[in-house]
Amino acid sequence: MKILSFAQAIEDAVNQAMADDPTVIIFGEDIHMIRRNLFLRFGGDRVRSTPISEASFVGAAVSASMAGLRPIVEVMLVDFIGVAMDALLNHAAKVETFSGGKWKAPLVVRAACGGGYGDGGQHQQTLWGWLAHIPGLSVVVPSTPADAGGLMLAAIEHDGPVIFLEHKMLADYWLDFMGAGNRKTVQFDVPPAGASGPVPATWQPTPLGKAAIRRQGDDLTIISIGVGVHRALEAADALAQQGVYASVIDLRTVAPLDKATICEMSAATGSVLVVDEDYEQFGLSGELAAVILEAGIPIKYRRVCTQETIPYARHLEDQILPNKQRIIDAALELSIG
Amino acid sequence: MKPDLWQLYKQMLRSRLFEEAVKRLWEAGKISGEMHLGIGEEAIAAGVISHLVEGDALALDHRGTPPLLMRGVDPLSILRELLGYPDGLCGGMGGHMHLFSPAHLAASSGIVGASGPAAVGFAIAAQQLRPGTVSVAFFGEGAANQGMMMESMNLAAAWKLPLLFVCKDNQWSITTVSEETTAGDLISRARSFGMPAIELDGNDVEAVWNAAGQAIADARNGLGPSFLYAQCSRPEGHLLGDMLLRLAERPLSLEMGRVLRWQVNSFLRRKGAPIRARATSARTIAALMAKVRGSRSAVAPDPVARLHQSLSTEGQRMAELTGEVVGEIEQILESALIPA
Ligand SMILES: Cc1ncc(C[n+]2csc(CCOP(=O)(O)OP(=O)(O)O)c2C)c(N)n1
Repeated sequence: MKILSFAQAIEDAVNQAMADDPTVIIFGEDIHMIRRNLFLRFGGDRVRSTPISEASFVGAAVSASMAGLRPIVEVMLVDFIGVAMDALLNHAAKVETFSGGKWKAPLVVRAACGGGYGDGGQHQQTLWGWLAHIPGLSVVVPSTPADAGGLMLAAIEHDGPVIFLEHKMLADYWLDFMGAGNRKTVQFDVPPAGASGPVPATWQPTPLGKAAIRRQGDDLTIISIGVGVHRALEAADALAQQGVYASVIDLRTVAPLDKATICEMSAATGSVLVVDEDYEQFGLSGELAAVILEAGIPIKYRRVCTQETIPYARHLEDQILPNKQRIIDAALELSIG
Repeated sequence: MKPDLWQLYKQMLRSRLFEEAVKRLWEAGKISGEMHLGIGEEAIAAGVISHLVEGDALALDHRGTPPLLMRGVDPLSILRELLGYPDGLCGGMGGHMHLFSPAHLAASSGIVGASGPAAVGFAIAAQQLRPGTVSVAFFGEGAANQGMMMESMNLAAAWKLPLLFVCKDNQWSITTVSEETTAGDLISRARSFGMPAIELDGNDVEAVWNAAGQAIADARNGLGPSFLYAQCSRPEGHLLGDMLLRLAERPLSLEMGRVLRWQVNSFLRRKGAPIRARATSARTIAALMAKVRGSRSAVAPDPVARLHQSLSTEGQRMAELTGEVVGEIEQILESALIPA
């Protein structure tokens, strides 16, 4: 066991994958600096900086993957994926089906996501529900360094397109670049257990579609992902002091969704609270309710999500993103109501 | 026609002092998130904006503050927006990359390249609803490689839209030297769409004013779009707290030590590219740092200082104007910090 930051863990896993498999290549904007350690080790042929042309280079990653490479293509922030959406929606996601299962597109789209540092609604979205809506795309959102490395390795090894999202409250270099800018005058609510932690000496893939149970409790089941898991765990600590005991599930991947764990844990308490930083409407939180109800499990249900375009002002943003207090309030409503 | 250089200087100085105040507030932690300033671009903004009239539209990128100030948007409301107050320009909802002023038909976007299509739409509306008015797109040379920007150039030219593309070339897109990711040159690219393209020194406000005046007059007269390509420098880096500047300026810092340690480890690790390819990577990064340092140590051309110097022969008038602008900015700052 060694201790790495969230960002170092991902880089460590990518290092391992690139050393083991010469078909793994990386491209995206400013990659020579953002991934400078990989650039130095693996050279400019495998670690390439692109022009600001997402529609083209994400599209190119799809066909490069069809032709034998395993690209990790980076779009900086998931918000910018809009420019490249056709490549994912109509191409990456469809190759396997259209070819009758004969052709696959093993690529990873890597992007930072999430809010909490006052950068406004065009740079702080999460969008994992929107992406997972499309059949054929896998979407992974790690919450710890160990999962970040393990899921990255799984994403690289997976034979289809995987969107890998790293939250900016966990990936320190993104938070410094976009939030702190080397200032000591600003603070962020960074969950320590997500920002750094123990990782294995040699990476093994963390299976896609397998949730982790982070805490056991009999009164309600909190289901979350990404930074929301840490917010939920903080809230669960506070709730325990009031005599309300919550389980916390970390989904780790939005698609595929670990329906078995979700249903089992929901049936055990009969009360489900979804904590999802993504938009509330037509997304992951509603999908979870549907999955549980379709399985015939009667539950009480609440959700704490992002309901609107994320405001720029920090104090407004803090209110609309899922936070500890909103989670506690919703949990108490569930356990009393 | 000759420009009113005093008026242009006043606009440029206001913008400069305003953004310097923004920088201090950002450093003090009162403004959140990223901060991209337009310091170094003032002559381009002033030379273009001073030709705009009521009904003209502006599509801006992530450096929209100078054009908006010069277009007449209330500086106090911009500053209160950046400070996140409910009475800011956009109610604290937008921030510096998402500034909007419907009264000026001015919209910004933090999505690189988005000012292309936005300006096309404004130009269609101008053609249909406000004949004789124009729309202007501001963007960087990096954004010129966005598909949507090239599509917009084609559309504007094919439809002879009343539009001015203003490309501000500071050579960098974040940490990438744009030349290395750009095929051909942007002037020929624009000309291949059949529109006039003018290359300019973006530090020379008179040159910008002349070229923009002609292009905008053509657009008003139904002659279609033009492309202005103006060189500039960006002394504050890509954004405040720019990591590349930090490392280049303080090569002996702890931060640089950490970066170097990882880099050396990576360079030496077993498996990976042959040593020559690794050396090329190392040289690329070193050259980048040297380029940043070089652009810092050379006396970077400063459009405000340049105009100041040429107007300074009239010392008294310069002192008065400076006093007036400094006074205005001080007052804005004072009012901006009053809690909502
Ligand atoms: C679609 C999209 N891709 C990437 C980014 C990240 N980004 C912000 S500014 C920038 C560089 C822009 O360079 P340029 O257009 O030359 O403008 P400059 O910042 O140099 O003024 C990049 C890549 C973004 N905001 N939007």
